Amino acid sequence: MTSRPLLFGTMLLLAALASPAVANDRRDGGKLLLTGGVSSIDGAAGGGLASWASIAGNETEDGIGGSVHVTYLALPDFDLTSVGGAIGINDRVEISYAHQIFDTRSAGFALGLGRGFTFNQDVFGAKLRLIGDVVWDQDTLLPQIAIGVQHKRADRRAVIRAVGGRESAGTDFYLSATKLLLARSLVLDATVRLTKANQFGLLGFGGDKQADRTAQVEGSAGMLVTRSLLVGAEYRTKPDNLGFARESDAYDLFAAWSVTRHVAITAAYTDLGPVATFEKQRGGLLSLQGSF
Amino acid sequence: MIAFILAAALAAQTIVIREEPVAPYVQADANAGASPFKGDGMWRAFHGSDGVARIVDGTVDRLLVDKRVADIFKSHDIERLRRTLNEQLCYILNGGCSYTGRTMQSSHKDMGIQTADLGALVEDMQAAMRDEHVEFAAQNRLLAKLAAMKRDVVGQ
Repeated sequence: MTSRPLLFGTMLLLAALASPAVANDRRDGGKLLLTGGVSSIDGAAGGGLASWASIAGNETEDGIGGSVHVTYLALPDFDLTSVGGAIGINDRVEISYAHQIFDTRSAGFALGLGRGFTFNQDVFGAKLRLIGDVVWDQDTLLPQIAIGVQHKRADRRAVIRAVGGRESAGTDFYLSATKLLLARSLVLDATVRLTKANQFGLLGFGGDKQADRTAQVEGSAGMLVTRSLLVGAEYRTKPDNLGFARESDAYDLFAAWSVTRHVAITAAYTDLGPVATFEKQRGGLLSLQGSF
Repeated sequence: MIAFILAAALAAQTIVIREEPVAPYVQADANAGASPFKGDGMWRAFHGSDGVARIVDGTVDRLLVDKRVADIFKSHDIERLRRTLNEQLCYILNGGCSYTGRTMQSSHKDMGIQTADLGALVEDMQAAMRDEHVEFAAQNRLLAKLAAMKRDVVGQ
């Protein structure tokens, strides 16, 4: 567990080294609309499901920015709420936090947990932009590339153990590449995530079928319809670690609208596949984000 | 009658465009910092020289009153900026102009331009292109050519 503070310290050190030698004016804002992404359910800047290489907030390399979000996903048998925030430093380092509440509603009764039983999870994230600039590098195909880590702590240890989950806390590592193809008004992202998480971690980490981390992929493709409206689709593969219930991939179709420089609303049709033996968990996602 | 002629002459005099002299440099289209589009599609999308002139004026007028960047243009030769920006956009949009200005690197030297200033420029230019009713996809095709100039403009 000593590796986490060390990794964090290394990221801050790299950020300091990456700062320009010339003392620029420190200033807020300056990023173009939607180029910082919106808030993913895990708290990192991205789409709704996918974490992107974009750094949260409206800042450039000369400032500090941030965002807060509330996201609600209504499914046939469950609902998922994510509340959190992220800070972006010099458009280089992102520190994020999200609290997720997974409400089992009447399904909780059917599962023997009790009506309205909730699974909660805290997600602590850090991201470092390594190379590339998602917006300005328009004369090269090189995307903006970032590495990230998300440490997740779920609260229902006893239930997680009972359904075959091995741990109630886990750490995801990801590598993300995001590119704005401005001449085509397209935003593309591809992310590889090493994870043990069952249903994003809400049902624990590792399981009776598969104990170790597996490589999963996340992808987003969006088109800028106007400078403040991005519509597109996302896909996210998930591990299938637990014997008691099959887990499959998730996807969404989204529209993200930058209402003002500081407020964005995302609406999505989201399909998480089967969750805890309940099939076809498809529903609507609504996310409100404030940013500076 | 004489008073009228004098007044007209005075009025005419005030609109004579005077650029300040700059240090000698080698003129070349390559100084524009981007290769031109092919065909006449982009030139038509920007409504030719009249459209580009309106977009340049709309952009520059906004920059001059934009709190984020107005200071940069104090004591800056705005008439030269309008002319060279017209030439640069005309050249890149394949409108048949030559670019006679300096390179992006030398024309922005010691201006202390930061990324956020370029963000403001893009937004002001987007507003001017919207006023001209340039199709959004065509706006982005031009902005993609200009965006890559960032590394020659910021931190010079």
